[in-house]
Amino acid sequence: MSCEPWQCAEIAATKKANPITKPEVAVAMIKKAERPILIVGSNAAERWLEGRQLIEYIIDFAKASKVPVVATAHMVGEFLKRGYEPAAFMSAMDIGNRLVDPEWQGIDGKGHPDLALFIALPYYMESLILCGLKHFAPNLKTMTLDNLYHPHASWSFPNATLEEWASNLKVMTQKFEGGQ
Amino acid sequence: MTTKNVHMKIGEMKTATGLVKNLEVSIGKIVDDSWAEPMGPTPMPSISALRDWDMKLLTKYKPFYMPDCDLCCLCTYGKCDLTAGKRGACGLDIAAQSSRIVLIACSIGAATHTAHARHLVDHLIEKYGRNYPLDVGGLNVKVEAPVTRLVTGIRPKTLGDLAEVLDYCETQITHCLSAAHTGQEGNNLDFESKAFHAGRIDQVGMEVADIAQISALDFPKADPEAPLIEMGIGTVDTSKPVIMCIGHNVVPSVGIIDYMKENKLDGKIEVVGLCCTAFDNTRYYDRAKIVGPISWQLRFVRGGFADVVVLDEQCIRTDIFSEAERVKAPVIAASEKNCMGFKNRTNDPADEIVADLVSGKVPGVLILDPEKVGEVAVKVATKIAPIRRKYRVLPEIDEIKALAKTCRQCNMCQRSCPQDLSIPVALKAAAEGNMALLADLYEECIGCGRCEEACPVKLQIHSFIIKAGEKCMLEEKNYCRSGRGAVQDTEIRNVGSPIVLGEIPGILAVVGCANYPHGGKDVYDICREFALRRFIVVTSGCSAMSAGSYKNAEGKTLYEEFPGEFAAGGVLNVGSCVANSHIAGAAIKVANIFAKRNLRGNYEEIADYIHNRVGAVGLAWGAYSQKAASIAAGFWSLGIPVLVGPHGSKYRRMLLGRADKPENWEVYDARTGEKVNVGPAPEHLFQTVETPQEAMVAIAKLCMRPNDTWKGRSIKLSHYIDLHKRHYGCMPPDIHLFVRTLADVPMTMKDEIVKILEAKGWKETVIPDPTLLPRMIRKKKE
Ligand code: SF4
Ligand code: SF4
Ligand code: SF4
Repeated sequence: MSCEPWQCAEIAATKKANPITKPEVAVAMIKKAERPILIVGSNAAERWLEGRQLIEYIIDFAKASKVPVVATAHMVGEFLKRGYEPAAFMSAMDIGNRLVDPEWQGIDGKGHPDLALFIALPYYMESLILCGLKHFAPNLKTMTLDNLYHPHASWSFPNATLEEWASNLKVMTQKFEGGQ
Repeated sequence: MTTKNVHMKIGEMKTATGLVKNLEVSIGKIVDDSWAEPMGPTPMPSISALRDWDMKLLTKYKPFYMPDCDLCCLCTYGKCDLTAGKRGACGLDIAAQSSRIVLIACSIGAATHTAHARHLVDHLIEKYGRNYPLDVGGLNVKVEAPVTRLVTGIRPKTLGDLAEVLDYCETQITHCLSAAHTGQEGNNLDFESKAFHAGRIDQVGMEVADIAQISALDFPKADPEAPLIEMGIGTVDTSKPVIMCIGHNVVPSVGIIDYMKENKLDGKIEVVGLCCTAFDNTRYYDRAKIVGPISWQLRFVRGGFADVVVLDEQCIRTDIFSEAERVKAPVIAASEKNCMGFKNRTNDPADEIVADLVSGKVPGVLILDPEKVGEVAVKVATKIAPIRRKYRVLPEIDEIKALAKTCRQCNMCQRSCPQDLSIPVALKAAAEGNMALLADLYEECIGCGRCEEACPVKLQIHSFIIKAGEKCMLEEKNYCRSGRGAVQDTEIRNVGSPIVLGEIPGILAVVGCANYPHGGKDVYDICREFALRRFIVVTSGCSAMSAGSYKNAEGKTLYEEFPGEFAAGGVLNVGSCVANSHIAGAAIKVANIFAKRNLRGNYEEIADYIHNRVGAVGLAWGAYSQKAASIAAGFWSLGIPVLVGPHGSKYRRMLLGRADKPENWEVYDARTGEKVNVGPAPEHLFQTVETPQEAMVAIAKLCMRPNDTWKGRSIKLSHYIDLHKRHYGCMPPDIHLFVRTLADVPMTMKDEIVKILEAKGWKETVIPDPTLLPRMIRKKKE
């Protein structure tokens, strides 16, 4: 597992993401957050891990962790097809733009999120949004649950294989299911 | 036009006081008042003249920055780390730096189109004279240069008039670029305003370029039935010598085509084009062929199809000469902007140059005389074709299999691929003799070659993909309508009312480059969807090619399936990049011809009209270039929203409205002066969309305008709801923001929507005569 940007040229970051060494660490940080959200991009319906679509893992994780999901692009339809209703859906740009607004009161209107989890956006788009948040949302922490290292996040998993990714997502889901 | 330079030069004159020699008198500009339209407030605006208008838009649509790079390294104080609020040594912060990058991109784009226009106009004046009249559509087009009229206040009539318009553009671009110097502009919104200005100038530069070439080179003149042109690698007759022209500036190609015709060689030689030159070649000579978009340069060259490669300007691979050398195809560089390191042979005898290129003594030459380019290219192609025998550098399948075995599965190719394509997996399969996965990459590969640069064992990955996809490549036989140029005044008269009232649900302009996330099919699908919904679909540039590169169930391309008129359900290709100005021009003409608003130097009022009334949206699904940035900026400043595909996020800043903030959506009702909340219509000015499904929903939504009548709004809403349900699987959550009175609600969905409105606490409002400009309010009579 390496902590170089997945896309080789994405190196222009002076403040780089702390690597998440184990899924348990990510779970601990999510549990510590008061108002986390999970932003899910269009690759959720494109990627397959061990014969299951990524979106299935995400639904399991979201149900177990109770972190509200914001679906980007047309992903809301993919969630609804699978019987899961995301807390909100909007374009990736819109959610990024709301997160940099300190006045924004979150998708439930009850307060600004303190942790934004990202998964399954096209790598370069996710990277750009994370960069925007790093610069313009100083009080927000960001974390990616992808298997690709994102230097602009606050925390990122290192580059990992699909098998490792599947295993990380399963472990995270179990940790929440177990209520630990 | 409005002004004339009076310049007298007298060699020798006898006067009462003696002999006067070499007298030169310049008495400035004399106003020509033959244009009855009164001059508006901002003819030839300076970089700050429209700042208030820009700020109105920038308040409504605030920049969302995604800087991409935390550093600035523009001057020797740097590198400066601008992370999260830190300022650089000059005091600049990351918001200003990000907007400075936007300004630089837009200035480069505007400079590129304007320099292209300058070259064309100077060349055409040299050939046809300053007084050569402009004609872009005969009697059908009286408003021949709407953008130029609007921005500069000049009504150009001759090529010479265009040269003066360009003087203004060049000055403005210099000012725009100068603002990006260290220690000049420091405020992000002011950088943005200047980027808008670069966009306005860009639209003028493009218009000048296109109307000059339409007039002097007799391109289709606002012709809805411009010829259908053969397109695709499969249409190229490789038994003939093939001349491949790459770029955007048609002048050298005209030299080639004229020479061929003069020597009765047309029909014996294939002249094919890539990128916008392809379009302009076909506008000049309808037997020219279009190979495809910019991203197919390597495909065509490595496939050995080209016998001679002629380069003009813009969007050319800068390593194309070494690629051409590999297939023994000589290169002729024909633009001062792009000399490629070749020796300038402009003044050498043509036959000498031909001999050197055919013998391989030199791999390429620079020739700056288009007529000589024509003679040399034709002669070289004719002589070299039998020798080259379409020499190619694509490996055979067996070789790919053997080479794939040397792959280390290190992933460097995939990590360098802008598309993140699963190359290592495909190579693993190829090593076992299964080429299907490699062939699958063909459609999505944008031909950048970055994978090959990254590979530690130097595998020619892009060539492998082309070879695996060869069958598909050779079957590419399609039709694209040649660029028709402007929209006729009569067409505007027919559709002006239904556009402004909203009964034509929108104008969708699908424009720009081919940096698509998943191939060109998405462009076709989007165009077809909206043509079937009876939007007006306008295409240009590489997107116009992709739109024509796929067929319906009956085997018809888009341009065969739909008429080429600017009318509901029409699909019209205006032409090359510079023809994008006709799209802005059409919106401007709606304000002028339909609504009878004055154009002359009246930018703000017309932009306000368009922003509030003309339901137009631009989609640059594969935008990559600085020119695409400046084209978009020209639309932003007219208040026309632009969507880009996922790679477009790399422009680093969006202009986004906030639908959740009602206070952002107030306009004045020009009838009463009251402020009226009109909802987020249009919601954004510049937005990245992630998937084609998202693009379709966003297009339908972004076509809504405050001025829509209830009938128009209900038509627009039904498209939005229908697409939303289809792609998102549910009703739009923001429907209440777009319903002003119950009459807006589409009849067939009334019950469902009324329930939603009740649940949201919706309140009826009025449909105003919308404007953002207090000066447009017509005071109520006491
Ligand atoms: S332009 Fe300003 S921010 Fe950029 S390197 Fe120079 S001093 Fe630093
Ligand atoms: S040439 Fe094709 S496969 Fe190679 S990096 Fe570029 S897009 Fe990817
Ligand atoms: S970079 Fe070359 S060696 Fe490495 S996985 Fe790609 S093709 Fe194989």
